[in-house]
Amino acid sequence: MKRTPLYQAHVDAQGKMVDFGGWEMPLNYGSQIQEHHQVRTDAGMFDVSHMTTVDFKGAEAKVFLQTLIANDVDKLKTAGKALYSCMLNKTGGVVDDLIVYYIDDENYRMVINAGTTEKDIAWINTQAQGFEVSVEPKLDLAMIAVQGPNAREKVFAAMPGVEEVAGELKPFNAASLGGLFIARTGYTGEDGFEIMIPEKSAEFTWKMLLEAGVKPCGLGARDTLRLEAGMSLYGSEMNDEVSPLEAALTWTVDLNNENRQFVGRKALEKLRDDGVKKTIVGLVLEGKGVIRDHQKVVSALGEGEVTSGTFSPTMGKAIALASVPMGTTGSCEIEMRNKLVSAKIVKPPFVRNGKVLV
Amino acid sequence: MSEVRDDRQYTETHEWILDNGDGTFTMGVTDHAQALLGDMVFVELPGEGDEASQEDEFCVVESVKAASGVYAPADLEVVEANEALDAEPELVNSSCYDDGWLVKFKADGIDGLMSAEDYSDTLD
Repeated sequence: MKRTPLYQAHVDAQGKMVDFGGWEMPLNYGSQIQEHHQVRTDAGMFDVSHMTTVDFKGAEAKVFLQTLIANDVDKLKTAGKALYSCMLNKTGGVVDDLIVYYIDDENYRMVINAGTTEKDIAWINTQAQGFEVSVEPKLDLAMIAVQGPNAREKVFAAMPGVEEVAGELKPFNAASLGGLFIARTGYTGEDGFEIMIPEKSAEFTWKMLLEAGVKPCGLGARDTLRLEAGMSLYGSEMNDEVSPLEAALTWTVDLNNENRQFVGRKALEKLRDDGVKKTIVGLVLEGKGVIRDHQKVVSALGEGEVTSGTFSPTMGKAIALASVPMGTTGSCEIEMRNKLVSAKIVKPPFVRNGKVLV
Repeated sequence: MSEVRDDRQYTETHEWILDNGDGTFTMGVTDHAQALLGDMVFVELPGEGDEASQEDEFCVVESVKAASGVYAPADLEVVEANEALDAEPELVNSSCYDDGWLVKFKADGIDGLMSAEDYSDTLD
């Protein structure tokens, strides 16, 4: 199994190590619910070094990315600005979801999922043929996400000099200093940073953050936090066979510039014209129990399926994202352990910045 | 290392059973089981006076990660359920052998239980 540069730090912190798509990663360091609350109320950190950073360089970097992904990087005008998007296959299915950062018109940085890295790189390289662009996976970077209402202040305390670089950063923007790349982004619904650093600095940075009172959090809390924040997970809400229009990700698709023929555009336009049949909604369970992935959803308009189900530590109730027939509203039933249990249909996010929104 | 206590017996499905010596038994899940399941969020317990036949699923412990049925180790009648778990299911994590017990029941006897030593061996 692969290990990140922080493997030993996790073991030292009593991390319960599990196989996560071929990576040996911490599920929790004791209680994933405490770790969840730590992020909602103070500051926690996640090792996300298993995710992959890819740099795009060259005269045609911009026009290539305008072809590769469904959102339009032409929106990015200032250095460090970030854009969330999907890259699609020819049938409009999602190859992966990603964040792309603008450096300048000939330099972009992208972050892709760990589990899809090999597939993604192969796909990107195939698409890049004929473009004057180099595709450079940066496998020697570690990444630490520090999240929570006190995350920024604790990062500044732990990492001298960083406040000068990142103190004024607005959400969804990044700055860099030498080998450090710091973005005000995350996957928890809280404020904070995602920090990329050279592998060799990872353990030192982790320890400095620990000293500043940032608690380590595992993949268990990462999943309950992102689900409360209503954020999609590749492989759950979308995959190679699900288009962004069917996954409540239409906002990440830009069809405005008719001359921009990105991969999958024709398929999306056909799907839109024929009528999109399903979407992702949020569910809140009214009774006891926990909603689990792949449970059947029964609604007035037909059947659906839970794509991500869990227990929300902030709400004290089970919540889920589910794929249901387009137009489903009000309430539905979920088949749980051979019983039908009633759930309320809501629009995610469930929780943002520590507050329950549904 | 999971804690195993010498004063009680164990099932293959990671429950402990304590003979109270008055025809009643107390039952809970083992330290090994609670660690595997992770943070408990709901515990569904039977009511006082409920009867269960051997192998009936008569409790459910549900963690963030998974729901797990607890099966009756004998034909039994429930004497008491641990109501504290309604408000504090995490007692199953923090005190699985004491405050996190699940049910007390009456039974004529229970076959096929393991000693603490034999149970410990199955965990290796």
